[in-house]
Amino acid sequence: MSKAHTLTITGIERHTLSILVDNEAGVLARVIGLFSSRGYNIDSLTVAEVTHDRGISRITIVTSGTPAVIEQIKAQLERLVPVHSVADLTVQGPHVEREMALVKVAGAGDKRVEALRLADIYRARVVDATTSSFVFEVTGSSEKVDTFIDLMRELGLIEVVRTGIVAIARGASGL
Amino acid sequence: MYGEPIPGAEIIVQALIDLGVEVVFGYPGGAVLPIYDAIFKQNRIRHILVRHEQGAAHAAEGYARATGKPGVVLVTSGPGATNAVTGIADAMMDSIPMVVLTGQVATHLIGNDAFQECDTVGITRHCSKHNYLVKDVDRLGDVIHEAFYIATNGRPGPVVVDIPKDIQIARATYRKPAKIEHKTYRPTIKGELADIEAAIELMANARKPILYTGGGIINSGPQAAQLLRELQRVTGFPVTSTLMGLGGFPATSPAFLGMLGMHGTYEANLAMHDSDVMVCLGARFDDRVTGRTDAFAPNAKKIHVDIDRSSINKNIMVDIGIVGDVGRVMEDMIRIWKSKGLTARKLDDWWGQINQWRARQCLAFRQEGSEILPQHAIVRLFEATKAREPIITTEVGQHQMWAAQYFGFDKPNKWLTSGGLGTMGYGLPAAIGAQLGNPNALVIDIAGEASILMNIQEMSTAKQFELPVKVFILNNEYMGMVRQWQDLTYEGRYAHSYSEALPDFVKLAEAYGWTGLRINDISELDAGIKTMIETPGPVMVDCRVAKLENCFPMVPSGAAHNEMLLGPEQVVGALSEAAQALV
Ligand SMILES: Cc1ncc(C[n+]2csc(CCOP(=O)(O)OP(=O)(O)O)c2C)c(N)n1
Ligand SMILES: [Mg+2]
Repeated sequence: MSKAHTLTITGIERHTLSILVDNEAGVLARVIGLFSSRGYNIDSLTVAEVTHDRGISRITIVTSGTPAVIEQIKAQLERLVPVHSVADLTVQGPHVEREMALVKVAGAGDKRVEALRLADIYRARVVDATTSSFVFEVTGSSEKVDTFIDLMRELGLIEVVRTGIVAIARGASGL
Repeated sequence: MYGEPIPGAEIIVQALIDLGVEVVFGYPGGAVLPIYDAIFKQNRIRHILVRHEQGAAHAAEGYARATGKPGVVLVTSGPGATNAVTGIADAMMDSIPMVVLTGQVATHLIGNDAFQECDTVGITRHCSKHNYLVKDVDRLGDVIHEAFYIATNGRPGPVVVDIPKDIQIARATYRKPAKIEHKTYRPTIKGELADIEAAIELMANARKPILYTGGGIINSGPQAAQLLRELQRVTGFPVTSTLMGLGGFPATSPAFLGMLGMHGTYEANLAMHDSDVMVCLGARFDDRVTGRTDAFAPNAKKIHVDIDRSSINKNIMVDIGIVGDVGRVMEDMIRIWKSKGLTARKLDDWWGQINQWRARQCLAFRQEGSEILPQHAIVRLFEATKAREPIITTEVGQHQMWAAQYFGFDKPNKWLTSGGLGTMGYGLPAAIGAQLGNPNALVIDIAGEASILMNIQEMSTAKQFELPVKVFILNNEYMGMVRQWQDLTYEGRYAHSYSEALPDFVKLAEAYGWTGLRINDISELDAGIKTMIETPGPVMVDCRVAKLENCFPMVPSGAAHNEMLLGPEQVVGALSEAAQALV
């Protein structure tokens, strides 16, 4: 369920970038610092090592800006020494974006039953339960996660933690 | 089988020797004592003891800029590293190859607020091209080699290597690595031929072309300056240069329009504004060059050659961007131009227009009476020294702009100035570095009386190493450039821009073991300059100049190129708030 994240509100576009970096000390600080020092937006950021043997991490950044700013962001990222490659998934074609959230809801009676029913509809799994609370694990597009969290608000939402977006291109080829 | 393990400090020194380093600018302290001991035990590398770590960094910049080789700095942890930061940031802005070795507290103390600890890699992360904290002595030798590779390849810049004290003591085997192939850092050197062909197509049909050249010509090496001459010769195009590019093309050539930008010439700026094809070679459309970006060269098709892809379309959108080394790209341009049977374009109308602009004589001034005009002092200095092809460094301010306007450079690596960061205090240490790299050259720091005080302690360094640098102070008793902006923007309210309580520069020179001279008025000017040049050893000249002279032409911040102020009568005294907000 991919979609072109190309909002054209006053020319501002939303792009999802995949960045392969050497997993060395300070690399994340370099990337994040580049965004803050040059005034670029970070809407979402995730990072984890993906090839242990070669020590490479993959950073997924969702950012927004005018087309010129997006081009600058990519060029500036490529300039960082530990960066192997920068891919703009939004430009490259169809891709899948997923996010996971853990959602804690407390309540009793009807509200508790309703929370469980909605969780079922949203394919959220119960990963912790007490007599007065649940923790749900919900995965999907950011919009789906947003909606689920909104629904839980009326039903005793206590807290939320989200991973941020991970994304991958559709089809057979890789970065 | 690479021999006995040796301490990290010796690995560092051996690596520097293997890299061909001859000079290191440094200042000792607790966290680098092992490296200093290793330096003490050898005689291949010369250590130049500065008097402040900022001086070490600027000296390394001056050395690099004047020789084309990377400058090397060695400082201790904490205050040693923080003192060097201004010079690191300066080298970053001006793309100067430099490697800075900083001591760090022992690895087990890092993060404990140990004595003289600071987060050097954190502090320098965004003002260096790259940096390292070496936590494993087995990596140390490779890291030093890699640091030099990164500092000197692609767009040059400063690389910081932070080395904890225990790593300097721990042992490892060292071997000189084979040719470095960095796993991620692979700068693009050769430009895309299709883009170069397209550029030639535009150039061949241009009616009002201009070559807009920058510091990349200097960084690419002396052959790039040769290629630029050749490119100009085969195309017949006029040439202008940024502050950083001066000397990349001969100032004496009739095709040279002078410097462009905020204090550039009338003809250079108007030719940029009116051009129909602009070829930017190793420059970066800095705001000091473009003025108001939405009014910048509105009718020009723009071609931009830069080794750094992020410079292309950063400030100004261009029609053809070519990523590559400017020397290599010019080589291809010349080849393709010739292979198409193209010859130097006549461009009579264009030159006619340019010559009309030239006739305005925007740099003319009237030296009358006995008070020396600073412009005149520079013209006389130029006339008296040009046969010796001196290396000129500057501080920052009006004197810097006047030097850029009135001192002609025909060769690269002769003009050393802090362009991007605009660092007062750059000139004297840079002159020291340049002199070390060119022992027989005449090296002159054209200084302001305010700037020179910012790294005045380096006079002691010049004395110790018998470096015959000359400091020529245009003493107007004002932070003249600040005062000029106060004239322009704040109706002449001179808030703290008067140089109060100045030292007696002649006595100061003598106190440092230099020769001190004073030039009071026009009758003493030529003789004073002559004495300065002929006196062996370091000389400081306190040249008293007109106090209230301002630097023109000027494109005020936020104005377009064709809205230049040509003289003081055009200074209005107040600016809109929007314009005031610009620097
Ligand atoms: C380190 C630093 N601090 C402040 C400034 C701002 N600044 C730019 S020019 C200038 C005045 C320089 O005065 P002087 O050296 O006498 O040169 P002049 O303009 O009079 O020729 C100042 C304060 C700067 N460029 N660098
Ligand atoms: Mg002054």
